[in-house]
Amino acid sequence: MDSNTYDAIVVGSGISGGWAAKELCEKGLKVLMLERGGPYDHVKDYKTAQKNPWEFKHRGNTTAEQKKKYPVIHRGWAASEAVMDAWADEEDCPYTETKPFTWWRSYRMGGRSILWGRQSYRLSQMDFEANEKEGVAVAWPIGYEDLAPWYDHVEKFAGISGSKENLLHLPDGHFLPPMELNCVEKDMAARIKKAYDDKRHLIIGRTANLTAEIPGRTKCQFRNRCWEGCPFGGYFSTQSSTLPAAMQTGNLTVRPYSLVTQVLYDKDSKKAKGVEILDTETNQTIEFKSKIVFLCASTLNTAWVLFNSATDVWPGGLGSSSGELGHNIMDHHYNIGASGNVEGFEDQYVYGRRANGFYIPRFVNLGGDKRDYLRGFGYQGGASRQGWSREIAELNIGGDFKDALSEPGGWTIGATAFGEILPYHENKVTLDKTKKDKWGLPILNMDAELKENELKMRKDMQQEMKAMLETVGVKDVNTWDSGHALGHGIHEMGTARMGKDPKTSVLNKWNQVWDCKNVFVTDGSCMTSSGCQNPSLTYMALTARAVDYAVSELKKNNI
Amino acid sequence: MIALLTGGVMIGGNALLTGCSNGQGKDIVFSKEDQDFLNEVADTILPPTKSPGAKAALVGPFMAMMVNDCYEPADQRTFYEGIALLNADSKKLTQVEFVHASPEQKKQLLISLDAEAKLYQSGKAAKEETERKKDKDFAGMPNHYFTMMKQLTLLGYFSSEEGCKQALRYIAIPGSYQGDVPYKKGDKAWA
Repeated sequence: MDSNTYDAIVVGSGISGGWAAKELCEKGLKVLMLERGGPYDHVKDYKTAQKNPWEFKHRGNTTAEQKKKYPVIHRGWAASEAVMDAWADEEDCPYTETKPFTWWRSYRMGGRSILWGRQSYRLSQMDFEANEKEGVAVAWPIGYEDLAPWYDHVEKFAGISGSKENLLHLPDGHFLPPMELNCVEKDMAARIKKAYDDKRHLIIGRTANLTAEIPGRTKCQFRNRCWEGCPFGGYFSTQSSTLPAAMQTGNLTVRPYSLVTQVLYDKDSKKAKGVEILDTETNQTIEFKSKIVFLCASTLNTAWVLFNSATDVWPGGLGSSSGELGHNIMDHHYNIGASGNVEGFEDQYVYGRRANGFYIPRFVNLGGDKRDYLRGFGYQGGASRQGWSREIAELNIGGDFKDALSEPGGWTIGATAFGEILPYHENKVTLDKTKKDKWGLPILNMDAELKENELKMRKDMQQEMKAMLETVGVKDVNTWDSGHALGHGIHEMGTARMGKDPKTSVLNKWNQVWDCKNVFVTDGSCMTSSGCQNPSLTYMALTARAVDYAVSELKKNNI
Repeated sequence: MIALLTGGVMIGGNALLTGCSNGQGKDIVFSKEDQDFLNEVADTILPPTKSPGAKAALVGPFMAMMVNDCYEPADQRTFYEGIALLNADSKKLTQVEFVHASPEQKKQLLISLDAEAKLYQSGKAAKEETERKKDKDFAGMPNHYFTMMKQLTLLGYFSSEEGCKQALRYIAIPGSYQGDVPYKKGDKAWA
């Protein structure tokens, strides 16, 4: 093999790319993993992770200069002094917005696997069936039973902590011991169970933080600093988990600064022969050859690569023959919920900083419940005692004020909803050829919004939380709704959906591009519907399943 | 979070990022005297008690740095002009500049300023809402300088080493989580 030829190429090093690389390498393939950003080494490059709060110059705030340089990141909570280096340069990598779209990108080794929220839930049979039952978009080509063994497979390796709840619509998995609900959350869980006749459940979040040792990784230390990178390897990331496993096989080559500009399509064999990259340091164009390609560049960038590939055959790009490439973009809508004060529990407190909260699984449009919209939402929240930034009656200045703030305040509880967004053909990304990025490449235009179903759901997302808190005795309940532009949930999905029919979908049931069978797409772009559960665990399972199929097909000379 | 306490949004925080840009920000030079003044303001808001005060945690210089690094030019000016305004108030009430007033005079002065600032900030929020209904590009009204001073004092102190370790309790690596531990009045909050 010459130095530019591999068995498989993986585009992207985030959660999906890391899994693809690990699984392919462990099956004996020589793999090249391409990452458009620079290196970011486990532990060594977690530069802020061991700093104390007072060692941050701006104590967590960003500067006026950073606000100008990263306007998109500053639309939400992602702008924090510790992680500003993680975000893609918005001047170098622009995009245009026909409708507001918040795109949070991290271009460096590991992608957003370092920054992710780690909440890990399975989709259920109900989620896989919903499109078909309701006549929405197209049906999933797979069911829960197809993915269940792969959920087992990835959970065992990633390490997901959680409690078994025996809920059909939120299947249990292979869990490490659950983290603890705190005293107020436990009390609320019991009250909710009783008030809603065991039909609503407040459970501890299922999270990819280790509550038991896994070889080579240390347990979560409850510092709650995950997104700075964990020096203990206490949560799942490419760096802590899949990358070392892939490296250990001796089969992996990682190439940073490699922006994949297109999949190289061979008209005669109707297969991809590799990819073309732009070296972002030298501006050189280089070709790499392989038998199979896994596109895991994240939902929008995977669509971008496909738009730019095989345009001499399909003007809309590789996978565009159905007319669905770039369409049906989804996310989870949130930034809406309720919170209030909890009386009592003054002689109880917590120890440690739990990087997790409670989860209230979906309860609407379920088991006889019927709403004026389709699908549903879950809640993620927590209870805690207030800190030094609270208001104290009658005290504003002076020693008594300071000493009062040095003690914890009363308990509060609150949650935000995460709602499902339906796949709409009109919600799309396209190439905007009028503008170019730093390297002269065309950029993406975003044209997607919430529609009637989501807006109706939002009313319920807010009111149900308020009603639930009031029902279980929470006082002074406040609601909020700060609106939701697509992308803000950082759960972009659906630009290259799976389906049963090449006329209406981009990928088949094995995540193969219908039009090019040796190209597999296993990041969020493959999603046919979104569910309301955090999606990363599903990408992991789909990736591992697709690799297993790809390698067996390769061995049979079918691709 | 600090917003709650001072009645409004955290100045210089993300909530203010409505695309406003006030041209070139020039660094304001806070003299040694200015920084001593800010230390005195901070130490009046959070004086030494069982734990060190804000001056010991160098909150004055912290405020000056934050105003230069993180504030928009309009807020920078308001903050800087606030030093003279506060001194003028002090002279009116006590015949001397703020740093020379007695601890009790300083405290009373800041208590009344705090009330004034809270009233101003809540009125500002309401007026801005009305104005934005008429003109969606309405640039907004200036913040009260004392709101900024108080916000930065609280942030600077409770995130300082003195604040974290002596006013509060800090453990870098807790190692575990327990959701129900006994608490008795007087125990410090976790940093």
